[in-house]
Amino acid sequence: MSDYSKEFLQSLYRTMVRIRVFELKAEELFLQGKLPGFIHLYIGEEAIATGAMANLRKDDYITSTHRGHGHMIAKGASMDRMMAELYGKKTGYCKGKGGSMHIADVSIGVLGANGEVGGGLPIAVGAAMGLKMQKKDSVVISFFGDGASNRGSFHESLNWASVYNLPVIFICENNQFASTARFKETTSVENISDRAVAYSMKGITIDGNNVLEVYETVKEAVYRARNGGGPTLIEAKTYRIKGHFVGDPMLYRDQKEVEEFWKKEPIGRFENYLFENGFMNNQEKESIWQEANKEVETAVKFAEESEYPEPKEALEDLFENDTGYDYF
Amino acid sequence: MREITFAEALGEAMLEEMERDPTIFTYGEDIAKQGGIFGQYKSLLGKFKDRVIDTPISEEVIYGSALGAALVGMRPVVEFHFADFIFTGITSIVNQIMKFKHMTGGQGKIRVVLRGPDGVAKSAAAQHSESIETIFMHIPGIFVVIPSTPYDMKGLLKTALRCDDPVIIFEHKMLYKIKGPVPEEEYFIPFGKADIKREGKDVTVVATSRMVHESLKAAEELEKEGIDVEVIDLRTLVPWDKECVINSVKKTHHLVIAHETWKRAGWGAEVAATVQEMAFDYLDAPIIRVGAKNVHIAFSPPLQDYIVPDYKSVIDAVRRVLNV
Ligand SMILES: Cc1ncc(C[n+]2csc(CCOP(=O)(O)OP(=O)(O)O)c2C)c(N)n1
Repeated sequence: MSDYSKEFLQSLYRTMVRIRVFELKAEELFLQGKLPGFIHLYIGEEAIATGAMANLRKDDYITSTHRGHGHMIAKGASMDRMMAELYGKKTGYCKGKGGSMHIADVSIGVLGANGEVGGGLPIAVGAAMGLKMQKKDSVVISFFGDGASNRGSFHESLNWASVYNLPVIFICENNQFASTARFKETTSVENISDRAVAYSMKGITIDGNNVLEVYETVKEAVYRARNGGGPTLIEAKTYRIKGHFVGDPMLYRDQKEVEEFWKKEPIGRFENYLFENGFMNNQEKESIWQEANKEVETAVKFAEESEYPEPKEALEDLFENDTGYDYF
Repeated sequence: MREITFAEALGEAMLEEMERDPTIFTYGEDIAKQGGIFGQYKSLLGKFKDRVIDTPISEEVIYGSALGAALVGMRPVVEFHFADFIFTGITSIVNQIMKFKHMTGGQGKIRVVLRGPDGVAKSAAAQHSESIETIFMHIPGIFVVIPSTPYDMKGLLKTALRCDDPVIIFEHKMLYKIKGPVPEEEYFIPFGKADIKREGKDVTVVATSRMVHESLKAAEELEKEGIDVEVIDLRTLVPWDKECVINSVKKTHHLVIAHETWKRAGWGAEVAATVQEMAFDYLDAPIIRVGAKNVHIAFSPPLQDYIVPDYKSVIDAVRRVLNV
């Protein structure tokens, strides 16, 4: 473990903190009634996006989910434009047309969050196919939940990726719930990674709350994918600490269970590791949190000061070339 | 001018554009080794080995992967095998391909062409006979192309293969074998430009695909009775050429709309409502729609023939609209 530099380890910590702080703010703003729509929080799952993305280059791609803020931030999205999108402002990533569930930034390789559970996997597979045809050595990571792994798109995509030996890594974030449904009650296998066998690819289950374990596992999978070794299915076991969405009454679980998992959440855990091994001191920790808070405050200010789109902008962006298209 | 089949015209467009543009690749079921079950891809057999691909039967991925490939700079042309099977992967088309650009505020070039056989074939029965083009006219986000002749097929496909937006092309199974003039020189047909396949002054018949041919046949019969029918082929449903239809109605004052898909809420309803909104004063009689009866396409020939319209249905509609 001492192979890691202090800078690298702190950068992982910083990314997790930035995600956490962004989301705590989003939660607060939502409860204040400032954000329209729905917000699905990633709190408690930050280690997965962070550890995975630490292996990616800018010209690698991801597809994300309805719970995608963490993936976006870890892949390098701007908090300003993310926050503006949550507000429905013109300066947001989707000019206010997408909201939390549809944030995309193709220019940094984010091929879209997705409001459809399991919708990102076929897209990831297609991107991997396109990259392979162009003889590029980029890879694609597709994130999805345990619930998504019960959909046809999951099974079709894994078969497809295996048949064509594509540079794609499937990362299942098993947070134990699909909305209100418990994983064990809705899924036929103990570990989702067991399903990899059916598609002749490597499957592995890891502790998704251990950022270094995520980093190492994904590193190996990315190496394999980049070098023509094909796809991997990684199941990162974690726990969804917050409700399915902000405002979820959570009648389906006991608050005690949630408290248990707060003790295992990834940021505090990694913090202990960094302290114990002399990779971070209190002052450094403080400044990382402060910086993240400042970044979020700036993002909120940016979002609040931004204009709403003009209503008629709703008719823009349907087509690249919309000559002759009649909107009415 | 030389005459080639509809399938050959399609193949020529693919061949020419694939030679020109290395980002074009095409995949689907039974296309690489078989050249398509209607011979539509025969011209590609043995060519472009890595760019013409037989896939697993995985419709959600066939369509969804096209979006991913487009987003990284490719131009996938996906064959949907039979229009009926689009439904098994419809979410990847509607929720992903058709929405991506708008919902992300204009990101990406969604250069995706979806194309394949649709329409009623002889006794193909309910799951291989659907004409579902109207669905894609209803939902925003894709150009809808529905050619009726080899000439139109080639010119429209060439346009689709240079379009930076998603396009879906419905090719009628019964048209692949028909022959027609296609010039050797390169040409393109823009979307949204209807073609007057036959000029006439007494009644306008707006049609697409196989029903264009049925309408032309009806017009020939009616000519013997001194009725002069104008046949307009819309060629694309999104966008559709309102101007051409309205101008024709202003001339003939009578409108019949003929499509193979179900009459109930078929695209003819949209055309009729629009003409009513924009040119009501020019109409001398209520608009009449010809479409399939609102039931699934049955197997037995007499049943199928009863359900699906043909030239006789058009003749009957023209007589009714003219009150003769
Ligand atoms: C195809 C589809 N079905 C249902 C929904 C409604 N829905 C939204 S999130 C969700 C649960 C998803 O669970 P999982 O895939 O485990 O992801 P998680 O929310 O746990 O991150 C459901 C059922 C949806 N958005 N899309």
